[in-house]
Amino acid sequence: MAAESGRAAEACVGQVVLPGDLLLLPAHYDEDAEGERLRLSTGAAPAGRLLCGPGLRRSGAGLLVTKCGLLRHRPAGPGAYWVDSQQKRYVPVKGDHVIGIVTAKAGDVFKLDVGGSELASLSYLAFEGATKRNRPNVQVGDLIYGQFLVANKDMEPEMVCIDSSGKSSGMGIIGQDGFLFKVSLGLIRKLLAPKCEIIQELSQLYPFELVLGMNGRIWVKAKTVQQTLIIVNILEACEYMTAEQRRQALAKLSGN
Amino acid sequence: MMETVAEPGGQCRLRPFSCEQGLLSRPDGSAAFLQGDTSVLAGLYGPAEAKLSKELPDRAALEVLLRPKVGLPGVLERSREQQLRQTCEAVVLGVLHPRTAITLVLQVLSDAGSLLSCCLNAACMGLLDAGLPLSSLFCGVTCALSPDGTIALDPTARQEQEARAVLTFAIDSRERKVLMATTKGSCSVEEMQQCLVTAQRAADTIFQFYRDSLRRRYSKS
Repeated sequence: MAAESGRAAEACVGQVVLPGDLLLLPAHYDEDAEGERLRLSTGAAPAGRLLCGPGLRRSGAGLLVTKCGLLRHRPAGPGAYWVDSQQKRYVPVKGDHVIGIVTAKAGDVFKLDVGGSELASLSYLAFEGATKRNRPNVQVGDLIYGQFLVANKDMEPEMVCIDSSGKSSGMGIIGQDGFLFKVSLGLIRKLLAPKCEIIQELSQLYPFELVLGMNGRIWVKAKTVQQTLIIVNILEACEYMTAEQRRQALAKLSGN
Repeated sequence: MMETVAEPGGQCRLRPFSCEQGLLSRPDGSAAFLQGDTSVLAGLYGPAEAKLSKELPDRAALEVLLRPKVGLPGVLERSREQQLRQTCEAVVLGVLHPRTAITLVLQVLSDAGSLLSCCLNAACMGLLDAGLPLSSLFCGVTCALSPDGTIALDPTARQEQEARAVLTFAIDSRERKVLMATTKGSCSVEEMQQCLVTAQRAADTIFQFYRDSLRRRYSKS
C-alpha cells in the first residue's frame, strides 16, 4: 500500500517503465534549471541542459513517465531521456518526414491525410522550383513525401516539400506504380536506424525503391508486381519474425 | 503474450488472471483480460478525428462503449460506461490531444462475476497497448460482503448473488487512491473502509502483474 517513490533515472535506463513512475534526476540538473548560472571554470562540467523526450513529462523533482516502454538515455550533447514505446497511431511532430495522401485541393492549398487526427495542409509553393506560374502537377490521390513545418496540438499541421535552403532533398511527389502499406511506428524506427540488417538483406534479394514515412507508411517499388508484393510481405512480417526466421525466409526466396 | 499468475493464499485471494495485448489488427490498441472465467475484450481507437458536435476545445473527448454478451446494451451498460469513462478521464492526459476523439469499445466475452473490475483492467491494458499518454495506471477490484460480514475478493457470480453488498473500486497506481467506487446493496461505513483496505492490498498484486506482463512483451522485441 506504500506510495510509489521515485527511482533514479540512470538506474532505469534499458528497463521497462510504466505510466505513473517517477524518475529522479541527479542534483546538478535541478541547479541549472533554477536560474542562469555562468560557469567560470572550464573543467569537465556536465551539460546542464536535459531534453525530455517522448513519453516523459517534467514534474516537480523529476520526470513522470506517461507511456510504457523501454527507457533510453543519450548522455552526449544535451543529455536526453526518452521512452521507446510501440504504437500504431501517429501523432504529427515537427520535423518528421511522412508520406501523405492528397485528399482535396482547396484553392492554393492541398489537404493531405497523414494518419493523424487532422488533415495536414501543403501549399503549392512549397515544392522545389514552384512559382505562381509554374505550379506542381498534383492530383487528388497522389502520394507526397514531405516534412512537417508546423505540428503541435493547437494548430492544424502544415507540411512542406523543401528544406530550409529551398532544395527538395528527396521530398516531393512519389512516382507512379509501387505499393503503399501501413506498419507500426516501432518497425519504421527500426528500419530507419543506421545499418539496418533488414534493408541490407532485402537489397541483396531484388533491387527496389523504398520510401519510409514516420507515420507508419511504407512505399515500395520493384521491377515487377510479384517482386514488389514479396518485399511488402516480408516487411509486414518483420514485425513478428525473429532475425533467424527472416533469414530462412529470404534464403528460400533467393533459392527460387 | 499470454500470462497466467496464480494468486497466493491469504486474504488477497484473487482468481487466476491472464492478459493478452495487441490481438486485434484494426484498432490502435487492444487487450483481452481474463479473471477466472470472466473475460472482456477491449479495443481502443485514438486520438482520431472527432465529430464537430462532440469535440472539446481543450482536451480529448473520451467515449466508452460496452457491449454485453447477448442482447442490446441497456441502462446497466450505459451506467457502467459512464463509470469507466470517468475513471479513464481521470488518468488519460487528454490536454495533449485537444479536439480529438478517443473511443474505447469493450465486448463482454463471458461473465462469471466481477465484471466491472474485469472491464477496468481490460481498459487499462488497452490504453497501455494504444500508447496513449497516461498520468498513472489503474486497476479494478470487486469485494463481496457476505451476510455474516466476511469479505470475499473477486467474487464469482454465485458469491455476488448471495452477498449482502458488492463493492467495486478503481484504484490508481501512484498512491493507491480511489478513482471510482460503486456499491450495490447496503453496508456500514466501517465495512466499506475494510473492503477498501483489502482492495488496495489486492491492487498491489494486479499492478505487479501489469509490470511483469509488459516486461515480457518488451523483452521479446
